[in-house]
Amino acid sequence: MNELVANLGVSYGDVLLELSYLLAAVFFVVGLKFQSHPLTARKGNLWAAAGMFLAMLTTLFLHKDADGNGIALTNGIIIVFSIAVAGVLGAVIARRVKMTAMPELVSFFNATGGGASALVALIEFSNPNNSSTLVTLLGLVIGSVAFSGSLIAYGKLDGKVGDIFAKWTTYLNLFLLGIVITIIVFILAGNISYDSQKLLVYGLLVISLIYGVMFVMPIGGADMPVVISLLNSFTGIAAAMGGFIYHNQAMILGGILVGAAGTILTILMCNAMNRSLFNVIIGAFGGGGAAATHEQGTIKEISLSDASILLSYSQKVVIIPGYGLAVAQAQHICHELDTLLEEKGVEVKYAIHPVAGRMPGHMNVLLAEADVPYEKLIEMDDINPSLPNTDVVVVIGANDVVNPAAHDDPSSPIYGMPIINAHEAKNIIVMKRGMGKGYAGIENFLFFNDKTRMLFGHAKESLQKLVNEIKTL
Amino acid sequence: MEQAFEFFYANKDAIFIIVLSVFLGIEVISNVPSVLHTPLMSGANAISGVIIIGGIILVGHADVSKVSVNLILGILAVLFGTLNVVGGFVVTDRMLEMFKKKK
Repeated sequence: MNELVANLGVSYGDVLLELSYLLAAVFFVVGLKFQSHPLTARKGNLWAAAGMFLAMLTTLFLHKDADGNGIALTNGIIIVFSIAVAGVLGAVIARRVKMTAMPELVSFFNATGGGASALVALIEFSNPNNSSTLVTLLGLVIGSVAFSGSLIAYGKLDGKVGDIFAKWTTYLNLFLLGIVITIIVFILAGNISYDSQKLLVYGLLVISLIYGVMFVMPIGGADMPVVISLLNSFTGIAAAMGGFIYHNQAMILGGILVGAAGTILTILMCNAMNRSLFNVIIGAFGGGGAAATHEQGTIKEISLSDASILLSYSQKVVIIPGYGLAVAQAQHICHELDTLLEEKGVEVKYAIHPVAGRMPGHMNVLLAEADVPYEKLIEMDDINPSLPNTDVVVVIGANDVVNPAAHDDPSSPIYGMPIINAHEAKNIIVMKRGMGKGYAGIENFLFFNDKTRMLFGHAKESLQKLVNEIKTL
Repeated sequence: MEQAFEFFYANKDAIFIIVLSVFLGIEVISNVPSVLHTPLMSGANAISGVIIIGGIILVGHADVSKVSVNLILGILAVLFGTLNVVGGFVVTDRMLEMFKKKK
């Protein structure tokens, strides 16, 4: 063993380091696999974290540069100190943030990852030992786009950044992309001095950052989850480019794994909304048009007391929560309503559309936070067959996901999108702030249905009043 | 064309890993219930913080006898990478904790 290692011209430390990278890569794969099943998901996350910790630790102690020098003590102290500071900060932010703000937090962390990749690529560009210029430049561009794009996505979800949409943004983006490619080709051609190369690289960084901003800017707030997922896969790819530079297989595997998984997730999310990725990126929903072919019918309101009586004397009630519930932070009071009704012998279930909330699965997280039992959350395909036997459906802050136009109006922009068949229930109560349209900007004919009655008001306040009313019955 | 061949040959190991990882990533993720999309995205996001290794290597072999732009950028990369890794794993754990609680 001793001889063999000597023959290879490597030390035990080198072997150990590579072994730890292999182990880390296995941990990433197993962790991700576990994370795709509800029962093992938490364990999977810990596996991945353990793999990451292992790789960080062995790199710190065992990594050597091209001349065979390890990491010096001073450098080690700087690294450990930086990791400690950022680690505590990250953990505190992650613990403190509200569950409803989860999507923007993921976006924020994604920005930091993209930023780190861009910085690594930027520094490595001037390293003479680095032979893969193309990969370094790609890492720089993709990392920067992920960084600035994720920050804009964060701002949009947080309500700090508005939408800009105009025809020119598409052309501007194509133009920026063209410049990025031109600069990369120019640098690769290699006919220019080192100094002007460096200047070009800084230019590339700036343009990539602008591109990231302009790429996300025109995309509507409700499409942000798809965008975050896409940017997440960008960050993965950028990290893999870093792995390429360092010939580090764990980084390559981890990065590409996230890149591929993120892309698949993005496509799954798009499918759930019956939209193509192209559609999400290039343009917002075209509104109007569809409404003309239908008769409007009349809107009927329901009083609080009628609603409470209807609910209390039903046998089966299905609650359909949507984006509005998340925004109004009404998940806790919603759970109170459901416990109250259960005490009265009413069977209450929640119908969860795949894209309800602000991200796929976000609604589940929010309701779980409010202690709604997991078994009560029924996915769309499983609840739809039982809706005709349901006495009352309560639609809270959901709109497009219950719009029957998706079934019977081929001219509607959401035609073909899978929906929860709320219109098949015996009674429909819709809780809404006003007659505003949903994200798709189209009329919802469920509201004009004969069986539908509207309860206008802020979701949280209306639910509170409803709960109080039921208590007095 | 010749350049592309050269590039492929010189980096064939890395390219093998990249191509196979793509299939692995797709395979591992398909059939995920939509309930888990958000935690999964967050968990995957934490893994993409693996670039922290690059940051550690950079700062680890940097010249620390004087303050240089590269040193500062390197430290920034370590800070960013750590935020991504630690924040990502903690927030994912927090989401998944809720799924477990009420069995």
